[in-house]
Amino acid sequence: MSRLTDLTISAARDGLAEGDFSARELAESHIQAMEAARPLNAFVTETPERAIQMAEASDARRVKGEALPLDGIPLAIKDLYCTEGVLTTAGSHILDGFRPPYESTVTAQLWRDGAVMLGKTNMDEFAMGSANVTSHYGPVESPWRREGDNRALVPGGSSGGSAAAVAARIALGATGTDTGGSIRQPASFTGIVGLKPTYGRCSRWGIVAFASSLDQAGPMTRTVRDAAIMLGSMAGHDPKDSTSVDRLVPDYEAALTGGIRGLRVGVPAEYRMDGMPEEIEALWRRGEEWLTAAGADCVPIRLPHTKYALAAYYIVAPAEASSNLARYDGVRYGLRVPGDSVDAMYEGTRGEGFGTEVRRRVMIGAYVLSAGYYDAYYLKAQKVRTLILKDFTDAFEDVDVILAPTAPSAAFAIGEKEDDPIAMYLNDVFTVPASMAGLPGISVPAGLSGEGLPLGLQLIGRPFDEETVLRTAGVLEDAAGFDARPPAIPGA
Amino acid sequence: MSMVQGATGEWEMVIGLEVHAQVVSEAKLFSGAATDFGAEPNSQVSLVDAAMPGMLPVINEVCVHQAVRTGLGLKAEINLVSVFDRKNYFYPDLPAGYQISQFTRPIVGKGEIEIDLADGSSRTIGITRLHLEQDAGKSLHDQDPKRSFIDLNRSGVALMEIVSEPDMRSAEEAAAYLRKMRAILRYLGTCDGNMDEGSMRCDVNVSMRRLGDPLGTRCEIKNVNSIRFLQQAIEYEARRQVAILEDGGTIDQETRLFDSRKGETRTMRSKEEAHDYRYFPDPDLLPLELDADWVETLKADLPELPDEKKARFVEVFGITPYDAGILVAEQDRADYFEAVAEGRDAKLAANWMISELFGRLNKASLEIADSPVSAAALGELVDMIADDTISGRIAKEVFDEMVETGQGAGAIVEAKGLKQITDTGALETVVDEIIAGNPEQAEQFREGKQSVVGWFVGQAMKATQGKANPKAVNEILRKKLG
Repeated sequence: MSRLTDLTISAARDGLAEGDFSARELAESHIQAMEAARPLNAFVTETPERAIQMAEASDARRVKGEALPLDGIPLAIKDLYCTEGVLTTAGSHILDGFRPPYESTVTAQLWRDGAVMLGKTNMDEFAMGSANVTSHYGPVESPWRREGDNRALVPGGSSGGSAAAVAARIALGATGTDTGGSIRQPASFTGIVGLKPTYGRCSRWGIVAFASSLDQAGPMTRTVRDAAIMLGSMAGHDPKDSTSVDRLVPDYEAALTGGIRGLRVGVPAEYRMDGMPEEIEALWRRGEEWLTAAGADCVPIRLPHTKYALAAYYIVAPAEASSNLARYDGVRYGLRVPGDSVDAMYEGTRGEGFGTEVRRRVMIGAYVLSAGYYDAYYLKAQKVRTLILKDFTDAFEDVDVILAPTAPSAAFAIGEKEDDPIAMYLNDVFTVPASMAGLPGISVPAGLSGEGLPLGLQLIGRPFDEETVLRTAGVLEDAAGFDARPPAIPGA
Repeated sequence: MSMVQGATGEWEMVIGLEVHAQVVSEAKLFSGAATDFGAEPNSQVSLVDAAMPGMLPVINEVCVHQAVRTGLGLKAEINLVSVFDRKNYFYPDLPAGYQISQFTRPIVGKGEIEIDLADGSSRTIGITRLHLEQDAGKSLHDQDPKRSFIDLNRSGVALMEIVSEPDMRSAEEAAAYLRKMRAILRYLGTCDGNMDEGSMRCDVNVSMRRLGDPLGTRCEIKNVNSIRFLQQAIEYEARRQVAILEDGGTIDQETRLFDSRKGETRTMRSKEEAHDYRYFPDPDLLPLELDADWVETLKADLPELPDEKKARFVEVFGITPYDAGILVAEQDRADYFEAVAEGRDAKLAANWMISELFGRLNKASLEIADSPVSAAALGELVDMIADDTISGRIAKEVFDEMVETGQGAGAIVEAKGLKQITDTGALETVVDEIIAGNPEQAEQFREGKQSVVGWFVGQAMKATQGKANPKAVNEILRKKLG
């Protein structure tokens, strides 16, 4: 483990503190890795000069004895986060040339704590996708390969670039955003840890909106501890986001005690779905065994409305998206396709600027909100959402955390499922319910599929109980001992 | 109630108003940008107002405060929980592609306004609701031959939309309602009510029916930007609808635009072309929850409003309800009146304001705040009338001079020697001369013809250039001829 890019955030933090290497050296190693890994197409924009500048500033602070919690840690930022003066595309053609004159709250907090920006990661357009194939900047390739098959695989989505960057040792950690599974599912596909915090835990200010009532920022890292470290900097109340919650940010790292004796873990029967691969079912049972061995009590629970979650999600999220994306009209920023009239300009701009999946969801969203359909779709979906939340609330009367698979399959090849939106949407079947309920969820790499691809297990916690989620995740991580490395790390 | 006379009989107008009142607040409804009128285009625009990606609205508590105070001033229910919704439509001056408004759950529910009519009667007009919403920006089509420009200064400015019940039955009532609404908003300081600056705007719904029939189909008329235009628009629309109905036609429910130059309304969009706004609760904002105690505190701190002030003026100052109504119509007038009336003959003060001061201000197109005669100066004049220093007639001359020059009454009277002659000796001489010169009239008086008294007084006034105290002249005459 001599390569700096193989370090975890916590190990890099120690190494920097010990003076084993400088932030500049750490940044340079990652910049080289980023260049070498260009075939993965994980980044839309690389910011090596900024990385060096930030790393040098970090080294200067450390010399003065003023080191910050994340000082010198090189991170990749999902291109949904607005970064001041740096191209921010949301993976869309419609944001061509958009350089925000402001910095998102979450990234500002990361820089406040000394982190170093490597660049902006590729993603599904406007975070709509589960395979990172809808980006205007092309699909991202996972560094993983099936055994004996060199076809390029998807990294999952929508935070596919971030997942690939972390898995391929290009960044020590990355920011993602999760609306229906966009952090957890790609984490599962690429063998890393992905944490979606409770809705309201991190500020949404400065993050390009997809579905406002669901979007949440979170860390993507190679260890549970690293996720805890990053979340400590990302979380917190922001007066600029009315939905962010004013609660103390606990010391998440301190929650990783490894002690889960007596913890009650719920295993929801409804997540056992028809046609689910046996190896996922087996991995889930192994997860139960690991937690039981550590002293937890695993008990069956019921989440009876689970089967409606995906359908309701694909009404609520597009509805909000159809409205959130109305601002991309060619008037003020980004792409403008001129036309003879304002309407022609709108049509040209939005028709060319948005890809197929975004257009599909905008149309679904406009439809479910329209007069005569609102009650049957949007309102009904909101009622379902209330019931899903109630399912979880009831379950958490009895258990402290819920264990489930993260995704119903391992990664698939680029091109697969692309002509079948429903099959694609099914990727999120296990992650969407927690999103609809606003609950914290984490995906921990727990094993390999028969084809040699990573599979994740998901833990879902009570609102704002990221500590229990992380503690339990730490136990799973230790028990699983997942140490497989992606075979296709360019330059490695 | 005034009926519209058609060829086939009488028709009743049914009118409802939607008033858009800009909230008096330093900052916008969901951003910190300033709201000053007349600023350089796009100089008061925050990232939120321009709908930059990732920007989020945060409610401005001052605007909530103002909306609740307005609701209380309209004697309305305050909804302790209300919800902001998105009203979705595309327009270049609507940067987000939606307006944040309140649809199903407004902040203020049912209330009422009492209006006074010219015939001395009063009516109560119901308020349906008041909700908070964002204003849009402005498209500028006259800056360039080919392109349109957008000014986002108004984008996001807080508006209160105040919707009335269809309770008005004439253009006069609608005008009285709008005037009264403006007075209440100005008393509360929640809207400056300046229709010419667009900080108060009004849409009007008009339908016609035979007395006793159910409501007819209505048309909504937009762009009615003064009280005069409101009346014109209603009168025009009523005639237009009656003509159609009497021809056997039906009214199309539609949105019409008032053309103030032609004084007519014309179709803007039909019901079929109406937008589907796809309202839904704004997920960026939590439901707005108010504390009942806080609302009570605001209620206790409300200023005296026009109706209460009017009642007090009638009771304390003994003026007529009609005069009181005129004086309380604007806060400045009421304050002026109180300053003049305090410790003086209040009826005299009211008369002087209503029949003399207001007339002159109107003629000069001045607001009372810009009056060349201050309340103190009018008070001095009223004092001089009350203590017989000058007569009422002379006072009018003095007042003209005051308006003209801004000088005080005392100084003008002194300089022009306009003091009333109450010196009995001097007046006796004058009266003697008149009697001597007019034996015929003197004889008539002695014969008991009371009407010549007036003639004699007139002659005495003429001889003294109006300075004679008519009461003194009267007494002397009776003594000399009685």
